[in-house]
Amino acid sequence: MAANPMSQFDVYRIGPEIKVGAFDISFTNASLFMILSTLSILLIFNLGSKKNSILPNKIQLLAELSYTFVSKMISDTAGSKAKPYFAFIFSLFMFVLFCNMFGMIPYTFTVTSHIIVTFVLAAFIFIGVTVIGFIKHGFGYLKLFVPSGVPAVLLPLIVVIEIISYLSRPISLSVRLFANMMAGHTMMKVFGGFVISLGIVGGWLPLSFSVALTGLEILVAFLQAYVFAILTCIYLNDALNLHH
Amino acid sequence: MVKKIYFQSIFFSFFFIKEAFAAESGGMPQLNPEFWISQIFWLILTFGIMYLVLSKLILPKISNNLESRKSQILENIEAAEKQREDSDAKLKEYDEIISKSKLEANSIFNQAREKALKDIGAKREVLDEQIDNEIAEAEKEIDILRKNAPDKINKIAIETSSELLQKLIGAEVNNSSISAIVDDLSKRNGDKYYGN
Repeated sequence: MAANPMSQFDVYRIGPEIKVGAFDISFTNASLFMILSTLSILLIFNLGSKKNSILPNKIQLLAELSYTFVSKMISDTAGSKAKPYFAFIFSLFMFVLFCNMFGMIPYTFTVTSHIIVTFVLAAFIFIGVTVIGFIKHGFGYLKLFVPSGVPAVLLPLIVVIEIISYLSRPISLSVRLFANMMAGHTMMKVFGGFVISLGIVGGWLPLSFSVALTGLEILVAFLQAYVFAILTCIYLNDALNLHH
Repeated sequence: MVKKIYFQSIFFSFFFIKEAFAAESGGMPQLNPEFWISQIFWLILTFGIMYLVLSKLILPKISNNLESRKSQILENIEAAEKQREDSDAKLKEYDEIISKSKLEANSIFNQAREKALKDIGAKREVLDEQIDNEIAEAEKEIDILRKNAPDKINKIAIETSSELLQKLIGAEVNNSSISAIVDDLSKRNGDKYYGN
């Protein structure tokens, strides 16, 4: 059982089964790590914003650097119009980052390695961005599918491609994060299994691989959170500033 | 040989483990919909609460902190600039005062020197005049003395010669004849006696 590299993604109930109507909303290990991630985010940023000293201490510096990092990312990609959505993108980036990072601790559960979680986030972003686009531009938002400077002959083809690419946004966004997390963790587990099965003689090679992979996975954990947030910003930019 | 066995064992164990996994796993747990509703529920709950707390309580505070720090730094820079300007102005004032007082000191010195020179000149003139006067007076006196000297000498000569004659020859000699002789002699030898 433990050797199965996919068993780390198993969701299991903690405590009793909770049912609301036909829906099972039991508390699971996934719920536990969602709560842990959000609590640590709130704790860190609460501590980081409590005192306002001119010379910030370490935790305040961390909070303020994250704030300016995300705020710069948003203003660079989506412009000043995206300011009202700063809190959402900040929460999104921090949530994905902390879930990814929590997953790097051995024996933990990676919330973002589940397609349903990333898909709900991506679908929410997709629907939200589309609604914002229609509110800001009315039916003019449909011009997004008609790029300027395209010959009239190619236009039907291009419009179809644009619509397909637009509709595939939530899928690409969610699958990118989920697949990265799952593949990385599976690979680490596989190499970990090699260390055991090859024993003291041959186990050193996969062990060194595992060490290198851990570093890589931490990078990927940060990078995927960043990519998730910056793609959200880019979609938001399309909705706020219609460039086509 | 050892190396070969080592790598072979790694290679075969890879196959072995893969087979074992294939036998055990019943597909991806992610695609098992048993806990999907639960995950969606807890995701919305936790993320929603986190978003609300962050956006309403924490992020405004951080932004406030950053703003206040920025403004305070700007204020401090402004204050520093102002103080520098003040000190520059004061330095200028000080320089001006120094140059002014230097000029003043110079003019005072010049005035004093001129005054002293004028005083000296005036005093010298007065002294020169006095000295000139005294010299002139002395010269006048000398002149008078010099003018009177031949007469007196002549008189003395006349009396002395009359007394001499009286003692020598024991007879009264006419003074007028002696004075004529003395006059005649003094006129002839006057140059020799008086250096005129």
